[in-house]
Amino acid sequence: MEAAKEARRGSDETREKAAPPHTASNVPAFSRDEDLHAYREMLLIRRFEEKAGQLYGMGLIGGFCHLYIGQEAVVIGVQMASKDGDQVITGYRDHGHMLACGMDPKGVMAELTGRRGGYSRGKGGSMHMFSREKNFYGGHGIVGAQVSLGTGIGFANKYRGDGAVSLTYMGDGAANQGQVYESFNMAQLWKLPVVYVIENNRYAMGTSVSRASAQTDFSKRGVSFGIPGEQVDGMDVRAVREAATRAIAHARDGEGPYILEMQTYRYRGHSMSDPAKYRTKDEVARMREESDPIEQVRKRLLGAHTVPEDEIKAVDAKVREIVNESAEFATNDPEPDPSELWTDILL
Amino acid sequence: MATDILMPALSPTMEQGKLAKWLKKEGDPVKAGDILAEIETDKATMEVEAVDEGVLAKILVADGTDNVAVNTPIAVLAEEGEDPKGVQAGGSKANGKDKQEGQTAPAPDMHAEGQAERPAPDAKTEADTPVETPASPAVITNRSDDRAMAEIPEGTEMVTQTVREALRDAMAEEMRRDDTVFVMGEEVAEYQGAYKITQGLLQEFGPKRVVDTPITEHGFAGVGVGAAFTGLRPIVEFMTFNFAMQAIDQIINSAAKTLYMSGGQLGCPIVFRGPNGAAARVGAQHSHDYAAWYSNVPGLKVVMPYTASDAKGLLKSAIRDPNPVVFLENEILYGQSFPVPKLDDFTVPIGKAKVHRAGKDVTIVTFGIGMTYALKAAHELAEAGIEAEVIDLRTIRPMDSETVVASVKKTGRCVTVEEGFPQSGIGAEIAARLMVDAFDYLDAPVLRITGKDVPMPYAANLEKLALPNVAEVIAAAKAVCYR
Repeated sequence: MEAAKEARRGSDETREKAAPPHTASNVPAFSRDEDLHAYREMLLIRRFEEKAGQLYGMGLIGGFCHLYIGQEAVVIGVQMASKDGDQVITGYRDHGHMLACGMDPKGVMAELTGRRGGYSRGKGGSMHMFSREKNFYGGHGIVGAQVSLGTGIGFANKYRGDGAVSLTYMGDGAANQGQVYESFNMAQLWKLPVVYVIENNRYAMGTSVSRASAQTDFSKRGVSFGIPGEQVDGMDVRAVREAATRAIAHARDGEGPYILEMQTYRYRGHSMSDPAKYRTKDEVARMREESDPIEQVRKRLLGAHTVPEDEIKAVDAKVREIVNESAEFATNDPEPDPSELWTDILL
Repeated sequence: MATDILMPALSPTMEQGKLAKWLKKEGDPVKAGDILAEIETDKATMEVEAVDEGVLAKILVADGTDNVAVNTPIAVLAEEGEDPKGVQAGGSKANGKDKQEGQTAPAPDMHAEGQAERPAPDAKTEADTPVETPASPAVITNRSDDRAMAEIPEGTEMVTQTVREALRDAMAEEMRRDDTVFVMGEEVAEYQGAYKITQGLLQEFGPKRVVDTPITEHGFAGVGVGAAFTGLRPIVEFMTFNFAMQAIDQIINSAAKTLYMSGGQLGCPIVFRGPNGAAARVGAQHSHDYAAWYSNVPGLKVVMPYTASDAKGLLKSAIRDPNPVVFLENEILYGQSFPVPKLDDFTVPIGKAKVHRAGKDVTIVTFGIGMTYALKAAHELAEAGIEAEVIDLRTIRPMDSETVVASVKKTGRCVTVEEGFPQSGIGAEIAARLMVDAFDYLDAPVLRITGKDVPMPYAANLEKLALPNVAEVIAAAKAVCYR
C-alpha cells in the first residue's frame, strides 16, 4: 500500500513536467536531406528495438534487454554533430548507440539472441557489445562505470593528440554515482576532450528523478568543477545536434569537457520485466503524442520539405526489411561453438 | 643529568638512516622544539626536533654519516649548568625505549610515508622471543638447481639493487622503449612516489607520462582502463592495494572481463601495481593481502615477486603483457637488496614459479614476503637434518602448478606459506591442486601456514601473532615429515 502510494507520488511529480521540455522555436532548421537522414536513422533504432522486444517475448532473447524507444533523437543528433574518429561509450541501454555508430544490425541482433555471429560472438549479450572498427567502446553493465572509462578514452585522445572526442553517455540514474564526479574532476583538471551526454529519461529504473536527485538540473552537475553544461530538448533531433556541435567543438578545441543534459523519455519499461507501476499510461501516451522525436521529423518531411508520402513509405519499408533481415539472421545463426567457452579470456 | 639523543625512526619500518646535517653545534643551547639535525632515508628527509632543553654537549655521529641505526645515540644533551665536557654517551638516564619516543618528534606522514615500515628493532615484546622477526632479507646463497636462473645467462654481471630501485628501473626502461606506456596515480610525479617507487620518472618523462591524480581510486582506475581500451599501456599505481578496493569494480568488471565480453575485440593492456599486504603496525584497513582475491578472477594475471630481480623482470613483462596484470608489491621488501642482472633488457616470464632452494624432504610453496619466512625456516630445518625445497610462485595467476607438483612428487610433503587469510587462500588452492595432481605421492596432508583468521590488530604483540612466523613454518614442515 505504502509502496503504491510512493509510486503514485513519483508519478504525480513527473506528470507536472511531462510537457515537452523545450519549445524549440529558435533551433536551426534541418535541410531536407538532414531530416531524411535523421528520420531513417531514428526509425531504424525504433523498429529494431520493437523487433528486439518481440524476440524477447518469444524467448529468443534472454536476460536483460533495455530498449531505447523514445530516446532516438539523442544519439542520432549527437552522431550528426560528431566526426569520424570520435568514440562512443554508454551504459546498458546501448542498442541505439550501436546502430547510430554504424554497427551492423545483424551483428547486434545476433548478439541479443546469443549467437556466434553476434558482435561479441554471443558472449556479451545486450549490455556488452563493442566495435573497435566503429569506435564503439560498449555497452557497460555497471551503472556509471562507463563514465570513468569514457574519461579515460578522452585521456588517451589528449595523450595522442589526435583530435578525437570521447562521447560519454549516461542516464539520470548513473549521474548520481560517485565515480561520475571523480571523472568530472579529472576531465576538467586535465582539460580532456570528453562530452558527457546525460540522457535524462526521468526514471532511474522505477525511481523518478525528483525522488533520487537533490539537483534535478543535470546540466549543473559540473558546476563545482567549472564544466559548462546545458539542458537540451532531447526529443528534437535538431536541438540535439545544435547543442552537441557546440559541446564537441569546445572539447575538440582543448577547452575540456562539456555536459549536455538531454531531456528525453523512454516509452518502454526499464527492462523487459518492468511492470511500470511508477508512472501512468497517460503520461507515456501524452509524451508519444506530443513529443515523439520521429513523428516530429516525419511531419516536417511531409510538410515544409514536401517529401512525397511514397518516398517516406519507401524508407519505412527499407528499414523494416533491414530489421527483419537482422531478426532472421539472429534467429537462424547457430549458437557459439562450445569451444568458445574457453576463448578470449586472455590475449 | 645528561641524556642521549637517539637516532629517531621516521616511520614504523625505518631501521637506519643517514645523518645528513647537524643544524646545532656542540655547546649550543637547545630549547624544546629546536631543529637539531636533518636525517635522510631512501624515502624522505626529516628534521630531528629537540624534546628537552639543555646544551648540546657532544655530537656522537658526524654530518654525512650513512646507515645510522635507529636508536643509536647521536648526541648528548647536558642539562643547563651541567658541564658539557664532562658528559658521556650512554651514561645518561635515557634508556632506549622512552628516549626513542621522546626524540621522534617529526610525526611521520602516515598516509604517504609511514604506513609500512617495520617496527623499530627494539619494539619487541615477549611474544617475539622464540622467533626472529621475519623481516630481514634472506641472503640468497643456495641457489643450487635453480631452473629459473636460466632466465639469466651464465656469466652475467650482477648488481645489488633494492626492490624499490628495480621496480623504478623496470618502469623507466619500458617507458623508454614504448611511448604508449605511462604511469598514473597518487603522488607518483612531483612527490616522487609515496614509497619513492617512481623516483625520477617525472624528471625523465615529464608530466604527460607521469601523471599525478587526485585521491580518487575508483575514478582514475576507470580512466586507466578506458585509456588501455584504446591501446595505451597505463601503469596505475595504487598507494596501497587497500585503497584499490574502491577501484575493484573497474579492475574486475571492466579490465578483466571486457576481452571476453567483446568476443576478443577489446583487450586491456594495463598494470595495476602497488604495495599489498601487511606492513607494520598500520592496522586492519591497511594490512590486507589481496593475492587470493585477484587470483580468483579469470581475465586477470596476478604477480607477486619477492626478489628485486624478479620484481624488475616481472614488471617489465607485465607492462608488455596485452592483458590486465595485478602486480602486488610489499612495502617491507621495497628496501631490501638483492642481486639483479646487469642486462639491457631483462625480463622474467609471467606464469613461471622458481625453485629458490632445492631440497628433497619437504616442499615449501610461497610467494612475495612469504619467502622470508620460508627461507629462514629452510635454513633452520637444514640444521635439523631436513632439506626443504622452497618454491617461489612469483605469479599467482596463472599458477605454475607443474613446478609445485614436480617438487611434491619428489618430496611427498608440502607446506604453504602466505600472509593472507586461510579461507579460500592461495594455500587452499595449492592443497586442492595437489590432492588431484599428486595424491598418490603425498605422504602427509598439505599444511597451510597463513595469516590468522582475524582483522589485523594494531598492538605490536597481537600483530606479530596474527602474521605467520618462522617457527610455525618449521613446526609444519617437521609435522609433515613426522619429525
